[in-house]
Amino acid sequence: MATTVKIQVDGNNPVLALQGFLKGLLDDESIGGILVPVHLFEKGLPMPTLVTDSAKLSGADPLAPAFSMNSAKLLARLTRGQSGERIAAVLRPCEIRAFVELVKLNQGSLDDVVIVGVDCMGAYDNLSYKTFLGDADSFQATLDFHGLIGGEADTVRNGVDIASACQSCEHPAPQNADVVIGIAGAHLHESIPVMATSARGEALLSGLNLPDIESANGRDKTLESLIAARIVNRDAMLEKTKALTGTLTDLSEYLSACVNCYNCRVACPVCYCKECVFNTDVFEHKPWQYMEWAKRKGSLKMPTDTIFYHLTRMAHMSTACVGCGQCSNACPNGIPVMELFRTVAARTQESFDYEPGRSLDESPPLSVFKEDEFQETVSHMA
Amino acid sequence: MNNEFEPTILAFVCNWCTYTAADLAGTSRMVQQPNLRLVRMMCTGMVDPKYIVKSLLSGADGVLVSGCHPGDCHYINGNYKARRRVKLLNEILPQFGIEKERVKLTWVGASEGNEFAATVNNFINEIRELGPMEACSMAVV
Ligand code: SF4
Ligand code: SF4
Ligand code: FES
Repeated sequence: MATTVKIQVDGNNPVLALQGFLKGLLDDESIGGILVPVHLFEKGLPMPTLVTDSAKLSGADPLAPAFSMNSAKLLARLTRGQSGERIAAVLRPCEIRAFVELVKLNQGSLDDVVIVGVDCMGAYDNLSYKTFLGDADSFQATLDFHGLIGGEADTVRNGVDIASACQSCEHPAPQNADVVIGIAGAHLHESIPVMATSARGEALLSGLNLPDIESANGRDKTLESLIAARIVNRDAMLEKTKALTGTLTDLSEYLSACVNCYNCRVACPVCYCKECVFNTDVFEHKPWQYMEWAKRKGSLKMPTDTIFYHLTRMAHMSTACVGCGQCSNACPNGIPVMELFRTVAARTQESFDYEPGRSLDESPPLSVFKEDEFQETVSHMA
Repeated sequence: MNNEFEPTILAFVCNWCTYTAADLAGTSRMVQQPNLRLVRMMCTGMVDPKYIVKSLLSGADGVLVSGCHPGDCHYINGNYKARRRVKLLNEILPQFGIEKERVKLTWVGASEGNEFAATVNNFINEIRELGPMEACSMAVV
């Protein structure tokens, strides 16, 4: 029976209570540091921060509806090779799923990390977060966002809503975590349930001496209705994007503001190549080549290879797309890149019966093969 | 209009089997339409999906990938990997109106000159029927 404990909330402040919980973790001799979003300044985005001194946890805000970047990449850096110490990482479900993909690609390791997953109620993109914040105090804004019961508050504030990736995310509950903080359905001004979901999590929780509870009451129900609503959004989003990009010309129009900055690739946690071919001299064409290509059709959009870039990315990583929305978040031109990638990913993931982040035991589809499969892909002479 | 359209086909063929078959078809003077451009690869396992995508965006109306029969790959499993990659493109490209038929995967052994000529001729006819790639007329690729 998995251990479920509760974090007592005092003074109507669940963020403070969670900071206390994290301090408890950091005080445990097995944990050398915690990766967690921290408000480093009064205004602005909380940033993923590696905290080793528990005094610095006073800025930690694991519930902030901000998502500056997908921390899976950062955690990969912290776990590739040995630091000699175990760390804890407080992550959103999509960050965990992306990290699992990176672990499969040997770009990170689960050996010396405790994953603390937090139920995700969604987050604003980086620009909207500023609008959401307005003049409010960052911590107060976080508390207002969540309200009394996790997952029940309306998410529109100051005219902005959480990112469309979050609105259409069917994974608000962490998978493959060691410890899960059950925000969904929790009476946040009373107590927050914490579940151990692995042996490592079990050992850690039992050392904290928190009061046991039977179960996270109401969590399943809240998650269920959250997921149902998000699936409706997701399906509408997929349909809409499909309709907008049904031909190559439509796709070009969809991407017409793309300036080949490749920010979407940099922000994508599962774009795994160490060196991207689009940054190599393969694409340093000669002036006469451009002239030739332009003459062939009468005109040539510069920079070139925009569609090629996006289609290549789809071929390389769509089976691993976790739908985190960081590509859209990073795009300087407001192109709905997440929508496009999720639409493609829905199809490629289904065709290989693959769900990124679901299990460490499932190999990335393009890293394996079977002798007897996909016969219909091969043409035979009559 | 389509009567005047002559497709350009790019073929990524494995050195050990299909390329040899192409040679055989040629030296045996089998009749083949002249729409094909061969790219010799050491194995279909090294055909990255982006080669196929780039071809289709840069003037090819169809792409043929042809390698050794299952079990015959000289690098043991390159052709199985190629099959997964073509499968992947079969899922991605039609979403943007690029017909699945434009990317063809076949196994043609070194001694199958007949097979090669027939495969190529059929493929060219199919693509002639299908018409030109949309990318041919686009300023943005
Ligand atoms: S493509 Fe976009 S939504 Fe998908 S994993 Fe990468 S950044 Fe996240
Ligand atoms: S971030 Fe936006 S502009 Fe930059 S390459 Fe991606 S889609 Fe294009
Ligand atoms: S050697 Fe011919 S397909 Fe691999």
